[in-house]
Amino acid sequence: MSIGHTLLGLLESGPRHGYDLKRAFDEKFGHDRPLHYGQVYSTMSRLLKNGLVVVDGIEAGGGPERKRYAITDAGITDVQQWLATPEKPEPYLQSTLYTKVVLALLTHREAADILDTQRSEHLRGMRILTDRKRKGDLADQLICDHALFHLEADLRWLELTAARLDKLREAVAR
Amino acid sequence: MSVRQWARDLAMGVRFAFTGGREGWTRAVLTAVGVGLGVALLLLTTAIPNALAVRHDREAARTDITFSSEQLPKADDTLVVADVGSDFRDDSVRGRALDPEGPRAPLPPGVEKFPAVGEMVVSPALKKLLESDSGALLRERLPDRIVGTIGESGLIGSAELAFYRGADDLASHIDGGSIARIDRFGDPDPSSERSDPVLLLLILVVFVVLLTPVAVFIAAAVRFGGERRDRRLAALRLVGSDGGMTRRIAAGEAMAGAVLGLVFGAVFFMIGRRLAGTAEVFRISVFPSYLNPSPLLALLVGVAVPAAAVLVTLFALRGVVIEPLGVVRAGRPARRRLWWRLLLPLAGLAMLYPMIGNGRDNGDFNQYLVTGGVVLLLVGVTALLPWIVETVVARLGSGGVAWQLAVRRLQMSSGTAARMVNGIAVAVAGAIALQMLFVGVDDDYTRSTGQDLAQAQMEVVLPSDLLVATAADKLRDTEGVKAVYGYSEGYLGDRPKDPEHGTTVTVGDCASLRAMARIDSCTDGDLFAVHGAEWDGDEDMTKLAAPGRKFYVDPSYEGGPKSKEIPWAVPQGVKAAKPRKGLLAGTDRGGFLFTPKAMPDALAPALTGHAFLKLDESVADVHDRVRTAAAGIDPLADTVTWAETERTGRFDAIRTGLFVGAACVLALIGVSLLVSQLEQLRERKKLLSALVAFGTRRRTLSLSVLWQTAIPIALGLLLATVVGLTLGTVLLKMTNTPVGVDWAGVLTMTGIGAGVVLAVTLFSLPPLLRLMRPEGLRTE
Amino acid sequence: MTPPAGSLLSAEQLRKAYGPTLALDGAEFSIHPGEVVAVMGPSGSGKSTLLHCLAGIVPPDSGTITYNGRELSAMNDSQRSALRRSDFGFVFQFGQLVPELTCVENVALPLRLNGTSRKEAERAALTWMERLEVDDLRKKRPGEVSGGQGQRVAVARSLVTDPRVLFADEPTGALDSLNGERVMELLTDAARSTNAAVVLVTHEARVAAYSDREVVVRDGKSRDMERVV
Repeated sequence: MSIGHTLLGLLESGPRHGYDLKRAFDEKFGHDRPLHYGQVYSTMSRLLKNGLVVVDGIEAGGGPERKRYAITDAGITDVQQWLATPEKPEPYLQSTLYTKVVLALLTHREAADILDTQRSEHLRGMRILTDRKRKGDLADQLICDHALFHLEADLRWLELTAARLDKLREAVAR
Repeated sequence: MSVRQWARDLAMGVRFAFTGGREGWTRAVLTAVGVGLGVALLLLTTAIPNALAVRHDREAARTDITFSSEQLPKADDTLVVADVGSDFRDDSVRGRALDPEGPRAPLPPGVEKFPAVGEMVVSPALKKLLESDSGALLRERLPDRIVGTIGESGLIGSAELAFYRGADDLASHIDGGSIARIDRFGDPDPSSERSDPVLLLLILVVFVVLLTPVAVFIAAAVRFGGERRDRRLAALRLVGSDGGMTRRIAAGEAMAGAVLGLVFGAVFFMIGRRLAGTAEVFRISVFPSYLNPSPLLALLVGVAVPAAAVLVTLFALRGVVIEPLGVVRAGRPARRRLWWRLLLPLAGLAMLYPMIGNGRDNGDFNQYLVTGGVVLLLVGVTALLPWIVETVVARLGSGGVAWQLAVRRLQMSSGTAARMVNGIAVAVAGAIALQMLFVGVDDDYTRSTGQDLAQAQMEVVLPSDLLVATAADKLRDTEGVKAVYGYSEGYLGDRPKDPEHGTTVTVGDCASLRAMARIDSCTDGDLFAVHGAEWDGDEDMTKLAAPGRKFYVDPSYEGGPKSKEIPWAVPQGVKAAKPRKGLLAGTDRGGFLFTPKAMPDALAPALTGHAFLKLDESVADVHDRVRTAAAGIDPLADTVTWAETERTGRFDAIRTGLFVGAACVLALIGVSLLVSQLEQLRERKKLLSALVAFGTRRRTLSLSVLWQTAIPIALGLLLATVVGLTLGTVLLKMTNTPVGVDWAGVLTMTGIGAGVVLAVTLFSLPPLLRLMRPEGLRTE
Repeated sequence: MTPPAGSLLSAEQLRKAYGPTLALDGAEFSIHPGEVVAVMGPSGSGKSTLLHCLAGIVPPDSGTITYNGRELSAMNDSQRSALRRSDFGFVFQFGQLVPELTCVENVALPLRLNGTSRKEAERAALTWMERLEVDDLRKKRPGEVSGGQGQRVAVARSLVTDPRVLFADEPTGALDSLNGERVMELLTDAARSTNAAVVLVTHEARVAAYSDREVVVRDGKSRDMERVV
């Protein structure tokens, strides 16, 4: 999972402080593995260096000084590209996929497109497996079926998610 | 099994019938409509005897001219009535001229006040007719002012044409025939004629023949939607009801439909009763109030129909095992066996056999044996037909796609197919048998009138005081009349009262006389005696025509009113003539033939004038033109339209009953055919759409639907013909009538049956085409 | 717009409404000879309607469908029926075999609709039944065979006329995995061997994996994934 892209995506809805970003990340994606602030700090420096974010302002409040980050056009393009790039089909990809879907929603992009793209990618893999299965021996068939069923499970999840997009959209918007 | 358990299961079934969603409702309503139509027909049938009885009573209550020998003296409570009835087109018009002789003269039923001279009261139907354009010719004949209508109590049917007109000076015409003096209406001696056993047999058979298909129909109606019902029952088994319970629940469902059907039936009956008041079927109309079924019969219908529904359902389920996961027809249903199916009609024949040769004279037929035998024979049709359909269809060979689809479908479910046509087959079999019986006994009940239609087609009978020649001239001027032969006739006897010998007296000009006897030479003033006429029977004209022999023209008879008894002696110079079958062909004319100058004036009052008319029948309404002209000559003139044969009225009534009934039954069965056809189509909606998807032509599917109905119907009609002819033959033998097959009748009946099929197919085509629309595929 | 070069059957800007429901809203489609294209999408998305339009079963409200250089959308009902009889084959989810005909008669039915004699049609039918390994069922009626067997009979029926395009609407929807896969294998093998194009409506990925590419239908709009990616 790309923390950089995720944070960039979070910035798309408006400039945020580092701590703000960490809190938003933890709330939406962190679940049982909250982000260390250091990770945020180093990631943001790298994004800053690459010109994907800019410092929007510095606040001197009560505590330590806080930098407010904002996304640049280049940053937006980067997120766009990342979301459009299909994930390599692999077991347990949901978390990445989930992140992408939620982000797409947050940024008012068509999550269905992402699902379609992903399904297409999965099908590409499945076609190869199906082909191999048809030409191969029993062992090949078993191996291929194993992989096919896993991939199908992914896609089923995708379909389910697509079907639930409306509900999800409501939940995210809250 | 406790009664409570039974009641609970039945009640559950009833609930299912109405709460099973749209599908359940449809099923219940379909069943109810079917049962309702059947019930309505049953009620109507049970009401018909009553209706006929009421008609009979009304007719008796208004009887006036009774040909009674008793001569009433004129009094202040007497009335002179003349029969001035007429015909208009094919309808007869009952007409009476009324001449009250005192203030207490009896009023006919339904009339409130005597019409004065120049006035008349008419039945509502006649009033409507007279006021319409088509009644103009009749209006000319009945010009009197309409001052009121005849009430229901004075009429025997809503469409009856009747009138009472005022008259005076009728008393002088009283002749004990069509003019009489009466002091009250009503038949003083109501006829309770002993029913002719053959007629009774006919009536019995008509009822059985009509009601058996209704029963078959009701049996079919409670099975509407059976396949879906079975699926529901399977679901019930799944949630834990046992076999007995499901059966009782199914029975409850059927009962619900049947009970609803009773309600529908009552409503249909009421509607039919109202409609019956406005319709005139085969020239018989009734008032709605006549159609009251006897309460006992109505009660019987009310109990029998739901009970039958339950029994039929249980019977239909006997070969079905309802398993939790679906319905299993008990294996592949055993091939239908022939022997017990043959047993039914054979038993029927056995019941009828003992009565063969009973005829009309050997006493009554056993009603129970007749009914039982006919029912068994007809029910035999419903038992045999499934076997025949199965056997024949299994052997049907190849053909086009439509044929193949139809034949295969029939092979799969020949039982359903046979059930659908059972009703029609039974109705047609019965109707063919009856038709045969009718035609067979036709000779006995149809008198040959012996009138030769080539010479003259109408006769006008003129009152005695009218000059024939004058009337003949007037009639000759009527459009469509080609020739008029006018003459007067009377009867003479050798004694003034109760003569032993006698013969006819005919007066006419030479031309008219030549039309009825072979005469060598004729001049006015000649008198002829016709020798050897059949008409005179054994009378020896040589003796009768002996010069100087005394006769009395218009002699009286014991028990009759005293008549004119005008003495006349045979003069010298009577010429001999030979009989010929001329004007009155079929019969000849005997007795004395007078040329006008040969007739003493004294005889004139004893003679009635007749005019025989030769018509150009291509002239529209020619008969009514003559009637109107005759009425113009004298209101008491009577016109007779000749026909080659005439039937007795009672026979007509039965025949009419059969036609009305058969029409209703076939319509009813047609409806049920249509309903099951549509149900079947709906269940195959997806399949039809799929067939259309891969390019099946509509024509192919429509044709297959036609074959699917036509094949079993053809088989049904074939069986119906065989059974009908058998039954007809047996019935004819029972009445000792020579057996003859009325092929026209057979063709008509099978034709009507085939027509029903065609109609059903036509009516199911629009829904079929709709179902074949590709939208049918769209259900996922 | 012109149909993509070399395509056998293509559709542009299809629109079809059933009452107030818009089933197709500007859908596009194209398929080459010998190609297997899966039409996917959530239920109610309009994929079956797309198939029905492409097959000439239902005329679209607007848009053009071109088959083999002829405009399908301009044909009348009987022309389209004739085309379906001669050039197209169909497999449905529940087989939709005529229950009262035997299996071989069912397979022969499309040929007989085209006027082939009964004997010849049944001989051709038997050849296809052998290829689909159901020739032992010839005398049986559809009610007496299993779902998988019935579906193979239905596939044989769809191929018996050597169609140029085979339309399959959820052909394995009523079957278990093993039977479904077998039917798909036989179906695609047979189609490829005759160079027939297959339009395969399915929601199952493993079934769609037998295709060459997939088109996604969502809310009446189509998305050709090959052209997008």
